[in-house]
This record gives sequence, structure tokens and C-alpha cells, in this order.
Amino acid sequence: MTQIIFDDVWKEYGEHIVLERINLTLDDHEFLAVIGPSGAGKTTFLRMLLSQEAPTRGRILIDGEPIAPEPTADRGVVFQRYSVFPHRTVLGNVMMGPQWAASPLLGRLFGARRRAVEERAMALLTRVGLAEHAEKYPAQLSGGMQQRLALAQALIMKPKVLLLDEPFGALDPGTRKQMHELVSELWEENAMTIVMVTHDLPEAFLLGTRVIAVERPRKDPQAPERFGATIVSDYETKCRIVRDSRRFEADRAKARLTLVPDAFLPADGTSAAALVKD
Amino acid sequence: MRRIINYAPSSGAKVILAALPFVLLVGVYFLGSSARLAIDPADKLMPGFASFYASMVRLGTTLDIATKQYLLWWDTWLSLQRLFLGLGISALIGLVLGILVGFVPYLRATFEPFFAAFSLIPPLAVLPILFILFGLGELSKIVLIVFGIAPFITRDVMLRVASLPTEQIVKAQTLGASTWQMITGVILPQVMPRLLDSVRLSLGAAWLFVIAAEAITAEGGLGYRIFLVRRYLAMDVILPYVAWITLLAFLMDYALRKVAAVAYPWDRIKAA
Ligand SMILES: Nc1ncnc2c1ncn2[C@@H]1O[C@H](COP(=O)(O)OP(=O)(O)O)[C@@H](O)[C@H]1O
Ligand SMILES: [Mg+2]
Repeated sequence: MTQIIFDDVWKEYGEHIVLERINLTLDDHEFLAVIGPSGAGKTTFLRMLLSQEAPTRGRILIDGEPIAPEPTADRGVVFQRYSVFPHRTVLGNVMMGPQWAASPLLGRLFGARRRAVEERAMALLTRVGLAEHAEKYPAQLSGGMQQRLALAQALIMKPKVLLLDEPFGALDPGTRKQMHELVSELWEENAMTIVMVTHDLPEAFLLGTRVIAVERPRKDPQAPERFGATIVSDYETKCRIVRDSRRFEADRAKARLTLVPDAFLPADGTSAAALVKD
Repeated sequence: MRRIINYAPSSGAKVILAALPFVLLVGVYFLGSSARLAIDPADKLMPGFASFYASMVRLGTTLDIATKQYLLWWDTWLSLQRLFLGLGISALIGLVLGILVGFVPYLRATFEPFFAAFSLIPPLAVLPILFILFGLGELSKIVLIVFGIAPFITRDVMLRVASLPTEQIVKAQTLGASTWQMITGVILPQVMPRLLDSVRLSLGAAWLFVIAAEAITAEGGLGYRIFLVRRYLAMDVILPYVAWITLLAFLMDYALRKVAAVAYPWDRIKAA
């Protein structure tokens, strides 16, 4: 269970009000897409969720507790760029988090414990389709592959919340489509909350279960910095009841299928999982 | 006619072209030297290659009576020892201070302006102070090198730390890294190639300080020898010594470049 609450949050840089009156309650396992024009303060919104910036006014609560004052392992992140470490191999990048957690001084594991982490990391890399590139360095990967690596690197820490700042902004349309599928599947599998910033409207409505638009409702041409942006619209795009009942049906179908012996499955090799989808 | 920048030499031509200035230099010297020797066979200013060879063989293979050493190797050993100690200590100081001051905001606010001012002090101007404080021995020579080079390396490392994307540092924290783990796992490995480059760039300055210190006071060393034999206009020793110092510096530069390429392969991928 992860619930995120923004309670009348303002963010100002000196005289410049970037965000004002942000009120939001986000339930567990939502996929929140944040849209808005460039410079509206979408990144600032995400940075506050990451504790990279503190709100000037108001509070942010996660599960009822005030948010930690610095970035922590319960909130993973993928930026548009620079999310992976260029001096580690693909496998090394994914293994960094668990190794840091287990070895405070050296940041490295050896022997059986290392192999255990390696196995988990390889499983994740296989999941995001990078298993055969495990020994390469990030600079040898394409943009889409680097973002998939950044996802795997964040997911191995099993974060409660995953924050994405225009993660597909620099990718070509084909790659972007693959990434959309991957992210929505990962979101289903890992039962976490995702907050994604994008300026691509179709992407927001395709992926998000909830879409909020951030924009400046009032404008003062003489002093544009006087008013900040706020949440101007809020859509629930995929109704929670429908989602929950669909998942419930899927679980029940799976449970039923495990009772069916293999002999009753179609001879053409269609897997049980494929039958559930229909 | 294409623009001149669009004509590139083939790889074979490159080798020949690269050798050309060296050959020209040696050739011009040879012509000048021969012309002078033809007029005065005892000319001291531009001795022939034969007398270079003779002097080096003498310095390299005969035992000096005063010091009981083979002077060429003894000088080389002394100078290199000073150079390596000075450079090594500078690199270590630069690495530790550069990372700490570059990475920890409070240290940065405290020391960055101080370092900027400190690095402007001309090291040779404080050489007398070093001699007074540390005596005329090895210590003051090594302190001079450190004084001259450590501030440069420190600032370079600091700049490199500052140029690492904030995204990386935030990402490391979301993976649970402590400050120590970020320093050892994120900052240090990415600073190391730059440190090696920084040391390479400092080689010239380091030699300058070694030779300057040796010129003033020493019992031996390449710089000491050059300044000693200057009184006798012994160009047959000075010129080969200068060439020898240049060769040593080149070899060190080459070795550092190779070490960087082998130890940090990812750094070269980025450049490619
Ligand atoms: N550290 C900062 N200091 C001052 N102003 C900032 C800072 N960060 C962002 N801003 C300002 O906040 C506004 C919103 O920025 P940002 O959140 O990056 O917008 P978006 O991501 O929606 O394009 C911009 O006008 C930007 O100039
Ligand atoms: Mg942005």
C-alpha cells in the first residue's frame, strides 16, 4: 500500500512562483501521468516527490508520513538522460543498488552472495531484453536500451514509487512504442505506483490510469512570475473498479487453469496464459 | 580544388610527415655544427654528434671520483625520484581534496575560494621560504613540486566532480548509496581518468620545478648537472641531457596514457 498526498504544496524560487496550490491524493498502484507545457513545473513537481527539492509551503505525505528529506531507496527514478553509470557494465549497473545495501564499506559482494545478486540482476535484464548485452558499457547501447537499463536498475530495489521524467522523450517512435508496452507490463507485475512526466498527450492517456494537467491558470503579462502553475484538470482514465475486477477475473482464471491437467490444453502448444487473455 | 581542410594524409604519409620536423631539426643542427667545426675544430657552441656520444658514454660508463657514481644514471635516478615523489604526493592530495571539496557543499563553500587564491601564488617566489623552512635538502624540492602542482590537480578534480550530472548523484541516492559509497562507487572511478590526464598535463611543470630546485642547490640531478657544466660552456653535455629529459618526459606521458586506456576502457568508448 502506498498513498501519496500533496497538501497545498507551493514551490517558489526567490520571487518566482513555479507551482502553487497543488492538492492531490494518489492511491496505491496508480499510474499517474503529469502533462503540461514546457516550463510549467512538471520536473519541479517530480523533484519534490524525489526530495531533490523541498516544497516552499505545504506538505507531501507518503503513507501518512512526511516525505523523507533526501532521496531514498523507496522511490526509484528514471530521468530522460544520465540515469545510468557510464563506468559500470550493464550488469554492474543493475547490481549496484543491492551491493550498496549489503556491503556498506566496499559496495561490493563476493562469492555466493554476489552470485545471488547476479542471478536476480540477470533475471531483470532478461525481462527488459538486455541479457545478451550484460557485459557492455552503457555508451555502447542505444538510447532505448539505456532507458531499459535504467528501469532495471531502479526496479531491482523494489521501490514503492517509480518516478519517470520524460523517460521516452529522446527516443524514436518505434522504440517508444516498445517502451510503452514494457513499462505498463512492469507496472502490472511490480504492483507499484508510477508517476510519469511527459509532454506527449497520447502517451499520457495510453499509459496513465490518471492524468493531471499542470498549467498556469492566471497570467499577468507584466509579471509572469507572479503566478505559479497548478493542477488545472484531473482525469481518471482507467476506472479503478474496472481495473480491479479485471485483475480479479484474471487471477481466478489462472487459478482455474492450474486445476486443468496439461492434457486438456490445445495440441498446438498454446500456453495456458494465452487462453486466459481471451 | 577542395578546401585544404578536406585533404587528409594516408596513414603511411602520416608517419613520414610526423618524422619530418625531427629530421629537419637534426639536419639543420648538423649543417650548422659542421660549418662551425670546419672553421674552428674546438668550437664549444655547436659540438658534433660524435662529441655528444663521447660525453654520454663518459658520463654513463665511468665512475665519478668525487661521488663514486656513474653520473648519468645517478643524476637520472635523483631527478626521477624527486619528480615521482612530488607528482605522486600532488596527485594524492589533489584527488582527496578535489573530491571532498567538490562533493560536500559545506567544504566547497569553505575552501573553494581559498584554493582559487592559493593556486595563484607563484611557487618559485616562495622557494626561498621553503628553503628556510625545510632546509636545502630533498624535502624542500619535493614541497616545491607539490606546491606548484597540487593546486592545479585539486582544481581540475573539483571541476570534474562538479561536471558529473546531478541525475547520477540523485540516482545513486535512490539506489540507497551513502556519501562514502557515492564517493567510492560513483565519483572516484569517474574522476580517475581525468586525474591521469591532469598528471600528464602537469609533467612539464613538474620538470620545471625539479630543474629549478636542482639548479639552486643539490648534490646531483639532471638539472644540477646542466647548470654545473654551463660554466664550462659544455654544450656536449647540456644538449644530450636536454634530449634525455625530453625523452623521459615523453615516456612518462605515454605510459600514463596507456595506463588510462587499459584501466578505464569505458572512458575511451565515450570519446569514440
Ligand atoms: N533551481 C531552479 N532555480 C530557479 N528556477 C528554477 C529552478 N528549477 C526550475 N526553475 C524554473 O521553474 C520553472 C519550471 O521548470 P521545470 O519544472 O523544469 O519545467 P518543466 O519540466 O515543466 O518543463 C521554469 O521556469 C524554470 O526556469
Ligand atoms: Mg522537465
